Amino acid sequence: MKMKTFATAALAGLLASGPALAELVLPDLSYRTGPYAANGTPFSDGYQDYLNLLNARDGGIGGEMIRIEECETAYNTEKGVECYEATKGDAALMYQPLSTGITYQLIPKATADGIPMHTMGYGRTSAAAGETFPWVFNYPATYWDAASVAVNYLLSENGDDLSGKTIALIYHNSAYGKEPIRTLEALSEKHGFKLTLLPVDPPGQEQKSQWLQIRRERPDYVIMWGWGVQNQVAIQEAANVGYPMDQFIGNWWAGAEPDVLPAGMAADGYKSLNMNRIQAYPVLDEIRTLVIDAGNGAGDGSNVGQVLYVRGMYAAMLAAEAIAKAQELAGTSSVTPAQVRDGMEALDITNARMTELGMEGIGPEFKVSCQNHSGSGEGLVQQWNATDKVWVPLTDFITPDKSVIDPLIAEDAAAYAAENGITPGCL
Amino acid sequence: MLYREAGDFKTTYAADSQTFPIKFDRYRYWAVLGIAWLVIPFFINDYWANAILIPFLIYAIAAIGLNILTGYCGQVSLGTGGFMAVGAYAVYKLMTAFPDVNIFFHVILAGFITAIVGAAFGLPSLRIKGFYLAVATLAAQFFLVWLFNKVPWFYNYSASGQINAPERFVFDFAVTGANAPASAKYLFCLLFVTGCAILARNLTRGSTGRQWMAIRDMDIAAEIIGVNPLRAKLSAFAVSSFFIGIAGALFFAVYLGAVEVGEAFGISKSFLVLFMCIIGGLGSIFGSFAGAAFLVLLPVALKVLGVDVLGWPSSTVAHLQLVAIGGLIMFFLIKEPHGLAQLWRLTKEKLRLWPFPY
Repeated sequence: MKMKTFATAALAGLLASGPALAELVLPDLSYRTGPYAANGTPFSDGYQDYLNLLNARDGGIGGEMIRIEECETAYNTEKGVECYEATKGDAALMYQPLSTGITYQLIPKATADGIPMHTMGYGRTSAAAGETFPWVFNYPATYWDAASVAVNYLLSENGDDLSGKTIALIYHNSAYGKEPIRTLEALSEKHGFKLTLLPVDPPGQEQKSQWLQIRRERPDYVIMWGWGVQNQVAIQEAANVGYPMDQFIGNWWAGAEPDVLPAGMAADGYKSLNMNRIQAYPVLDEIRTLVIDAGNGAGDGSNVGQVLYVRGMYAAMLAAEAIAKAQELAGTSSVTPAQVRDGMEALDITNARMTELGMEGIGPEFKVSCQNHSGSGEGLVQQWNATDKVWVPLTDFITPDKSVIDPLIAEDAAAYAAENGITPGCL
Repeated sequence: MLYREAGDFKTTYAADSQTFPIKFDRYRYWAVLGIAWLVIPFFINDYWANAILIPFLIYAIAAIGLNILTGYCGQVSLGTGGFMAVGAYAVYKLMTAFPDVNIFFHVILAGFITAIVGAAFGLPSLRIKGFYLAVATLAAQFFLVWLFNKVPWFYNYSASGQINAPERFVFDFAVTGANAPASAKYLFCLLFVTGCAILARNLTRGSTGRQWMAIRDMDIAAEIIGVNPLRAKLSAFAVSSFFIGIAGALFFAVYLGAVEVGEAFGISKSFLVLFMCIIGGLGSIFGSFAGAAFLVLLPVALKVLGVDVLGWPSSTVAHLQLVAIGGLIMFFLIKEPHGLAQLWRLTKEKLRLWPFPY
């Protein structure tokens, strides 16, 4: 035990020499190692590069410089907790863990510590009920929106009739992958399609049996809730069993360049949802010149403009807008986490503002309120063109079926409130 | 000079058979306990509790548990993660089914439930040994994780398949849930660690432990001198699982608060605890603590050193961490196959002779 006390003493010495303080602290719980690194890296690059662009171009937000505290989680909840505890003491303004598992872990902790979380299109769907989850935001869309958007797209493909069709859901066997099941079950009842559930144990390098089952049962469509190496393997396996790619639809976390590139031409025609449009935005050029060429890029710049890079940038933009809003509301440039929360709740993203920021049409217009933390919930469908190596948008933003989702959110939020003794209400 | 038996006279049988026969050892033991119980709780903050000390204490319990089975009884097990999951789900079901009962008893009960499950999975050990037994326990690992994923009753039919620890109190102090103060969580875990370590130390010194060690050293010889292998092996599985179940229960309820069985209790957890035992030293209670400290503290220390002090990118540090820990494990296994505990034993030998070595 002596060794322990010695080691802790040594560690205390190291911890004491912390970094100097800066103004606006935004932790980036990223993962650039492990089976999810292929997807975690471009997102984090986009997030950091945009914030660095704001520092370089505008001198931060409202005159306050931004400091990014990167912490490697490897998509692991224990490391995520360690990262959270290590960074929260620095007056962290907002957390974006990019992991549903870590999000579930942090919801009670962040609520108790009074630090807002933005779980953009992931995390706990019922956090959309802002009166029960005042510190958690999942705008612009949730998993249940994604499930509904996918089904609505299939409805439009099939003349508004899915009765008698079979849809298989191949999912990451974790909180993340299980999230859409409830909505898909409700939707299958409503539209009369048959739902088959195929769990894949994380990290998902091994999915032979699931794809053999798909080959045997030949479902009309396969929807995938995958992440990391699971996506690459699934697309390769789909090609191996000869499943038609245009009937295979990933959610917005299963539709980026690292997922489809390993399968080469076999991935041609694979579809996925997306919550952000992929275009040649003017802001990307600014990032290239002011951040990457200046040597401040988080990565080597090779993934600028890719799906997950743009999404990371979009997340950073939403965070910056929320902080700007908070500064406006609080009348001070050095805001506290609680004021940032108010800014997030008052967030109003308009087309005019997105154009002004050099990212015209990157996402849908939406407005956050105390009752609704999830935004508009719209998503589009895109298709991979393996010849030109580009994602081609097939549709405009599709509206989800809120008549199915809203009661489910209310029910789940009420259950959470009852379990944890929360009285729903606006802060 | 300080560290020796000479001059430390025992006048009773009880004094003669005490746990630490050398005076200096006893003082050290009381000093460590004193610091852990009376000093740290006043200085602990959220970071130290949640990132370092609580995982260290919990992994120490798990490592003691596995050390009883593998180090003392010689039965290799790769099912630790699965047994921790049993403890976690048992405590979750108990916490939600009997909210009025104190969580302290739930944790103990979770240990007993895990002991029953562990003994059941220990049955094959009566017929198979070594690597074959390791494979049988591996089956337990995969079966248990699959079970907790498959049967919704275990996670109270929650949509995400996660289990979340509700807030529970001990003497009006919250020990689980997000509002629990760091010191309360720490003391709650420390109570179990102290209890488990004292229990394990005494079990392994007594006749039960001697039977386990006889089985470990040569089971046929042990049988000939009258050790019942059925009782010895199954009791080792049960006691080991009891500790691992407590560790799993605390891991879920106090440390993480929400877990997902596949991620938190997967095969990597089994290996992690096994490495703690091997690095710390098989067949040593101190080794369990040393191994747990090594594998919990080292990654954090490397991270602090790399990212905060040297300012390297976090991904580089994460990669270096894997290299460094892998390298250190190999170094230790080659240079000191008996683990950190052996280093400590050698230090003690040297201390006994100091300052007049021959």
